[in-house]
Amino acid sequence: MSTVMASKTRRAGTAFTVFLKEVRENLRDRRTLTSAFLTGPLLGPLLFVMLVNVQVNRELDKADQPLHVPVIGAQYAPHLVDALKEGGIVPDAPVADPGMAVHKQDADVALRIAADYGKAWRKGEPVQVELFYDSSRRDTAGAVERVSRLVETYARQQGAMRLVARGLAPGTAWPVQVAKRDQATPQSRAVLMFAMLPYFFVITLFMGGMYLAIDLTAGERERQSLEPLFANPVARWKILVGKLAAICAFSLASLAITLLAFAVVGRFIPAEKLGMELDLGWHFAGTVLLLMLPLVLLLAALQTLVAAFAKSYREAQTYISLLLMVPLIPSALLAFLPIKAQAWMYAVPLLGQNLGIMQQLRGDGVSGEQFVLCLAGTLAAALVAVGITAQLYRSEKLAISA
Amino acid sequence: MIEVRDLHKAFGAVKAVDGVSFTARDGEITGLLGPNGAGKTTTLRMLYTLMTPDRGQVLVDGVDATVDPLAVRRTLGVLPDARGLYKRLTARENIEYFARLQGIDEAVLRMRHEALVDALEMRDILDRRTEGFSQGQRVKTAIARALIHDPRNVILDEPTNGLDVMATRGLRRFMQQLKGEGRCVLFSSHIMQEVAALCDRIVVIARGRVVADETPDALRAQTGETNLEDAFVKIIGSEEGLAA
Repeated sequence: MSTVMASKTRRAGTAFTVFLKEVRENLRDRRTLTSAFLTGPLLGPLLFVMLVNVQVNRELDKADQPLHVPVIGAQYAPHLVDALKEGGIVPDAPVADPGMAVHKQDADVALRIAADYGKAWRKGEPVQVELFYDSSRRDTAGAVERVSRLVETYARQQGAMRLVARGLAPGTAWPVQVAKRDQATPQSRAVLMFAMLPYFFVITLFMGGMYLAIDLTAGERERQSLEPLFANPVARWKILVGKLAAICAFSLASLAITLLAFAVVGRFIPAEKLGMELDLGWHFAGTVLLLMLPLVLLLAALQTLVAAFAKSYREAQTYISLLLMVPLIPSALLAFLPIKAQAWMYAVPLLGQNLGIMQQLRGDGVSGEQFVLCLAGTLAAALVAVGITAQLYRSEKLAISA
Repeated sequence: MIEVRDLHKAFGAVKAVDGVSFTARDGEITGLLGPNGAGKTTTLRMLYTLMTPDRGQVLVDGVDATVDPLAVRRTLGVLPDARGLYKRLTARENIEYFARLQGIDEAVLRMRHEALVDALEMRDILDRRTEGFSQGQRVKTAIARALIHDPRNVILDEPTNGLDVMATRGLRRFMQQLKGEGRCVLFSSHIMQEVAALCDRIVVIARGRVVADETPDALRAQTGETNLEDAFVKIIGSEEGLAA
């Protein structure tokens, strides 16, 4: 009697046996290891630091560096040119066709001062200064802005002096003044730049489990080992549970590595130079991990489901790479469409995680209600996916390779 | 003991198994002989519950396979047509994995493991990864893996397929040993010498039906041929798919 009982308890642990075997077997596969523990989780943070650094340096460079601008007719307006020089502009030799120079990207911006500038100025008439630029060239917007502001400031100063000379208060000419009050916090400025961060996390999760998901279903069928496996007195759902657990373990490890890397790397991102504040520390990592937990199961089930449909390893790989496009949707949506988050959105898998992570990044924190919605919504989806996969696992065709 | 009653299985319009009945007894080796595509593998797959029959019944030691498939699989040791070893695991790890899935006791596992390793003469390959194994080494590992739980009934699908003469002889000795231990051994083959040399009973399948179910001697007597090969050709009605 006792041996029967013992044998029963041992069999109850069969899912765990499957889990252990799958983990051990895949720890011996170099490709899976590299993808799950090296390239997958570390590529994101590295890429990120590089991108941010390039961005930061470019912004800083632009603000400080002297700006070369071809000026036509500089001799007609020496005072204006002096004012520009003080603002860090280096007037270059005039070009024949300023419009073409900008168009051909020889210059970011060009200035043309009319020949009758001096005469009109002395008469006190408005004079024209032409600014040539191409608004479709986004990267030159800073330069254009700088030159145009300098010219305007100069004009305003001169205007004020003329009013004073005529015995009027300078304010007469500007009855309304705009006072700008920017409500962005250092954290919220960071959000704009880090909008793709949640996608990085999802991709990492995805890559971490991908090779396992393919190997454990499509691969095992291709190598014809599912048939002997199913000849054992173990219910198929238990085998599936063991396999899903192995996939989850790998993708979770992947995510943990990436979060750790971000926490370390976050210290080297010079975000404060851009007037931003970025907290990728333990609290952030913990929040992301918690939000992602049910997503781990959902992705593992979806990947297994897709792999079970495929006839071969290669076919499974193709399908799963297509599946990789799905998590891009909410990230792209949030990056390009300014959506105000509604409560129900937190219950949508992927979207909920995306919103939650962004909120944490903003420094607002995730509320209890949002946590519950996010976890419950994704968990429900995960259970449905597991159910469908279990159904598929029961099919007769699954085990038969030839 | 394995009893098969009026099994049917169709894939679309193709009737792969079309009314197969036979009995494989304990302490006997029963051979399932037939040309390629006769329905041997499909019949065996229904025996070890990988497939559900459209009609008919499978009883293993009196247990109906559709009623309690897990109990049936517990009393079966199966070498499927697909050997499917785990390449990144050693032979020993392959065997231990199935032992754990069968839920057998660690002490029993060690004993049984030793006995099988000796009987199959595979001690030298135990701790090598199965990637790169020869066909013979693969079959040995797959058989050890299938029999680790000491099953009463043994099903082997074309066990000698792709083996050289020495490996084939070794395997035949092993099957005789299983029979001597009182087990029910059922194996399929399309090679008549093999069946003739080993079997106590021969079930001949052609086009999804049983065309003969006799002892080798009775088969010779029935067909009036002294040569078993001629007897088979006569029974099946053609030489198609029979390898010498």
